[in-house]
This record gives sequence, C-alpha cells and structure tokens, in this order.
Amino acid sequence: MYRYDEFDHAFVSARVEQFRDQVERRLSGELAEDAFKPLRLMNGVYLQLHAYMLRVAIPYGTLSSRQMRMLAHIARKYDRGYGHFTTRQNIQYNWPRLSDTPDILKDLASVEMHALQTSGNCIRNVTADHFAGAAADEVADPRPYAEILRQWSSVHPEFSFLPRKFKIAVTGAERDRAAIQVHDIGLHLKKDENGKLGFAVYVGGGQGRTPMIAKKIRDFLPEEDLLSYTTAIMRVYNLYGRRDNKYKARIKILVHETGAEELARQVEVEFANLKNTELKLPDADIQAIAGYFAPPALANRAEGWENLARWKKADPAFAEWVHQNVQPHKHPDYGMVTISLKPIGGIPGDATDSQMEIVADIAEEYAFDEIRVSHEQNLILPHVALADLEPVYRALVAAGLATANAGLITDIIACPGLDYCALANARSIPVAQEISSRFGSPERQAEIGDLKIKISGCINACGHHHVGHIGLLGVEKKGAELYQITLGGSGDENTSIGEIIGRGFEPEKVTDAVETIVDTYLGLRRDQSETFLEAYRRVGPQPFKDALYGGGAQEAA
Amino acid sequence: MVSKVLTANRLADGISVWLDASGNWVESLQAAFIARHAEAVAALDATGKTAFADNKVVDVNVVDVEEVDGILRPLRMRERIRAEGPSIAYAPGYHGLSGPKNFAA
Repeated sequence: MYRYDEFDHAFVSARVEQFRDQVERRLSGELAEDAFKPLRLMNGVYLQLHAYMLRVAIPYGTLSSRQMRMLAHIARKYDRGYGHFTTRQNIQYNWPRLSDTPDILKDLASVEMHALQTSGNCIRNVTADHFAGAAADEVADPRPYAEILRQWSSVHPEFSFLPRKFKIAVTGAERDRAAIQVHDIGLHLKKDENGKLGFAVYVGGGQGRTPMIAKKIRDFLPEEDLLSYTTAIMRVYNLYGRRDNKYKARIKILVHETGAEELARQVEVEFANLKNTELKLPDADIQAIAGYFAPPALANRAEGWENLARWKKADPAFAEWVHQNVQPHKHPDYGMVTISLKPIGGIPGDATDSQMEIVADIAEEYAFDEIRVSHEQNLILPHVALADLEPVYRALVAAGLATANAGLITDIIACPGLDYCALANARSIPVAQEISSRFGSPERQAEIGDLKIKISGCINACGHHHVGHIGLLGVEKKGAELYQITLGGSGDENTSIGEIIGRGFEPEKVTDAVETIVDTYLGLRRDQSETFLEAYRRVGPQPFKDALYGGGAQEAA
Repeated sequence: MVSKVLTANRLADGISVWLDASGNWVESLQAAFIARHAEAVAALDATGKTAFADNKVVDVNVVDVEEVDGILRPLRMRERIRAEGPSIAYAPGYHGLSGPKNFAA
C-alpha cells in the first residue's frame, strides 16, 4: 500500500501543529466559533448532538494492521471504546474532546493517517472498490488512480472552496461495487480495444434531497489524462456551479440544468487547454504509484481446496460463512473475506477497540497485513488463502465478527441518525436493529437471498436509502419519527433510484411494513433464483402497494 | 406558555449541558432552570448569547420542555435524545445514558 514520502510526512505533521495552535487559540477565547468552525471542519472535527465527532480519512478504504491498531488505540484512549465505520469508507469517533483532537491527529500522523478532506466544500476522500487489487473480475487495481487523485486534490488551492462538497469514486471492474454512478465523478477503469488502460467518466450523480444518476460524458479517457480531464470538470463546476443555494450547489444540479451533452462540451474545451500541460501523467509516475499497490506474493496453496471441503462438511456454520462472506480472488487458492460489522440486532458499522485489534492481528497473520473498509460498512480481508479460512473464521467467531450475512437482508447500511447526528430528523440505528432481529435467523435470510436495506435518518442520505433495494428514510412529522419507504433502488452497474411506495410508517410499524414487502416478494418471485431487485423490476410497485396499503394505494407522506 | 430551558454544548469537550438556576452549565436536563414566562425566556436568551460570546459553550439554544410528574421532558425527540443520550446500547459498558431502550416502545 501507499507509504508517505518526506513531503507527505512534513505536510501532515505541519497540519497537526497548525491545528493544535488553532485549538489552543479557540480554547483560550482568542478565536471565536465563527472563525474556528471552518478550521475544525477542515480537520474532520464536527459537532454532533452529544459531543464533537472526529471523522478520520481512510483513503480508498485501505488500512494496514498498524493503522487499524491505531484506530483501536484512539477509540480506547480518547473515545468510548468503539468507532463507527461509515458509508464513505471512513471511521468516525463520536465522543472526542476538542482539546484532545490535536493529540489524536498527531497519533494518526504517526501511522500515516489524517482527517483532511473529510468535511467542507472540497474534494473529499476518494473512495474505491473494497475488493480492489484482489477481485477475480477486475481489469486493474483502481487504487493507484485514487491515490493520484488524493495527492492532486489534497488542499488543492483552486478546489478547496467549491460551491459544495465533491465526491469521486473509482472502480476497476465491470461489476460496480463502489457505487460510482451516485458520485459527483465516477471513474470506471477499463481497457480499450488495444489493451490500453483508461476510464469511462461519469459526472453528476448523487443522493441527498435530489437523487440523480450520473451521466457518462466520456467512454474512454486515457489514463495519462486523468488529472487534466478531472481538472477540466472541476473548473467547469467551479465556474458555473450554483453558489446562491446550497441545495442546488452540487454538480448534479449543474449537469441537470446544463444538460450532459453541453456540459461535456464545456469540459472538452477546458480539457483541450489542459491536455498537454504538466497535468499529463507521465507513465513513470503512474508506475511508481502503482508499485505501492503491487499485490502481495501469493504462494500457491492448493492444499486449501481439500481442507476447505473437509472443514465445510464438518461445520455447517463455517460452510455458510464461506458461502456468504468469502468471494473469489484472482488467485484460485485465495479468497476475499468480508468481516461483517452487522451482528444480528447490532449497530451497523460499529466496532469496538478490541475487535479492531483482533482484525489487525488476523490480517497480520493470515491476510498480508491488509484490511479494507467497504462503503457497506463492513471490513474486508482481501487476500486470505483458502487453507487459512478455518483459523480466520475461528478467530472471528471468538470476536463476535463471524456473522454470515454479507449481502443479505441483515447486512443493513444505516447512518448514525438522530442518536448522534445534528442533521438527522429520525433515528436509523434502532430501525436497523429491529429489522435485523426480525429477519436474523440464517434459514430465513437464506430463503430471502440477496436484499440490500439502506436507512437514512434525514434527506442528506448518508445511509444511501435511494439506492437500497428497500430504502428507509426517516423524517420528522408533527414532532414524531416517520419512515418513508422506497423500493427498487440499486447502487451497482445498473444503478436506479428507489421509488417512494406510499405514505410513511411509524417507528413501531416500519419493521412490519418491511416484512410485508419481503413476504410479497417471496410470494411473487418466479423461483428462488429471482432476487428481490429482479422481481421488483419485473412486477413494479403495485403488488407491494397493494400489500402495504390495501387495494387503493395511498399517496406518499 | 410552554416552559423553556437553555441548552448548549460545552466548548472544550462538546458535551451537552443545560443552564441551572445558579448560572452554571450542568450535564443534567433535570437540573435546568425552567423559564415559565416571557421575561425569563428573554433572560435565558441573553445568558446564552453572553456564554457563547465568552467562549464557554457552542450551539446555544432555548428549547421547549414539559413537566410531567416533576420530570422535565423536551417536546422534540432531538432534544430528548440530547438529554438522555443515544437510545441504543452503543458499546460494551455503555448502555446509553439512560440504559437500553426498545425502539418501538
């Protein structure tokens, strides 16, 4: 993985000391809140309902064991013994003292981490496929390009005060696991007919109060033009993006109002001026960065096949976990392990300090020291020999981390919601917990199959409800919580925005409503191979409306 | 009129606090000074502005509460959660500031 050079170390350390001075001046009263707030946000420090919150960047979701141990240390020393992995592959701490934040950032810097670009109207932490560099279906590892974008965008003077925040996601496989079509820029790394690497470029996707699917404005952008073309997009956005209304300031609105074709033309004009400048990426530079992401030397471990078959036969729970949480690796003797942070009835994305340390230990012993965070709020061990799956599983079981539910109905994405977040209108976590408990039995989950439930506690949609197969949006109505349900959303290569199904449900009724939807699906699917999303796309919303509201479907809340 | 209390987050650690009758910022809503008429609300408002300007607290707000059997209860769910802590058992050893709750209850 990427290692800091001297510039990176000096830059991050200088930022820590700069922030230490700013915090001291704030605590002494020299700096007023209005002046300090943008400074703390530039360093990832938010204020929530109960305390400050620190959001730590995990670039493209990649961590070493050493870094994970530091995240555990911070949870234990400065917080309340846990952290929350987010839908942007980051981690949040919910209880840090402002006065401790400079020390936390210093500790993070010691393991080449920081909290830059986790807030503010800048280019945010770049996200990527959590299986990058390991997936069997990958054309190439997208992380070198994410790292190039990170280096280019860090405190970029021209793009630090954009009309609004800006999110870029990169994937290197046809199967989109990074939800690129709901990002401001989505990059799909691919090869042209000559085998040359480049990107399909999508612009103007996003969720929030105005969900939009990104438009493809370039079918193939050669890799060396990545920064010049991205700069061209940013310049067009910076110039024409609306600053008069924060709700219309994202690039998706500009794309919508300008039209994708015209916007693409404007980008091409800028690009023509930038194409052969210093922004053109020399091949040597690409190769140098790619070198940091070279896959580990994976020895053939063919004995794993036989062992695996024997272990699976002896232990059905292990077999189920392998079936659900282990995906094919590029190397046939290896697998990619999803460590579910969705225990039945638990809090999606939370991990205790001890669990983080255990994951670090397992990664060090069995997984080449690499850990990923997925935008679905799970952890990934991208390179595990099949021959090592059984001991890995045992260690995860002992830590309460072996829930066999990756991609199933209890693998729920949920934002922190009103239990923590100052922006939320309703709680998300208890809804997720209750649904998880209702559907928690392995048999029932297996019967239902792939089904993604995503829950947001406000219209900002951090819980990605718009792209949930079943999406839940918490709103406040007459002082009480109410949950609006959307169906048919998806954040993959066939992205769709869920449709509001009808009036909302009170907290005590929302799990029953989800069960009605699930039962309706089970009743109408062609056979067990037809997933919820496929069935919904075939039959549309009406059977679900009928089941939820009776014959006369109700209007949306 | 609806009773009101003054709440904020403490500058140094961000913890939710309420203003008590002695002018101290305390961590319990139940110890808060209750404004029951317009003049008292205006005084709360002024105190909040001063405390903010003095860099003692941030995010200062006057919020509506009701008194039920001598217990103060904010009218808005947001403020109830601020007062009682997350409604979830959020980590081992931490069962929410008021203990675990059933979501549907």
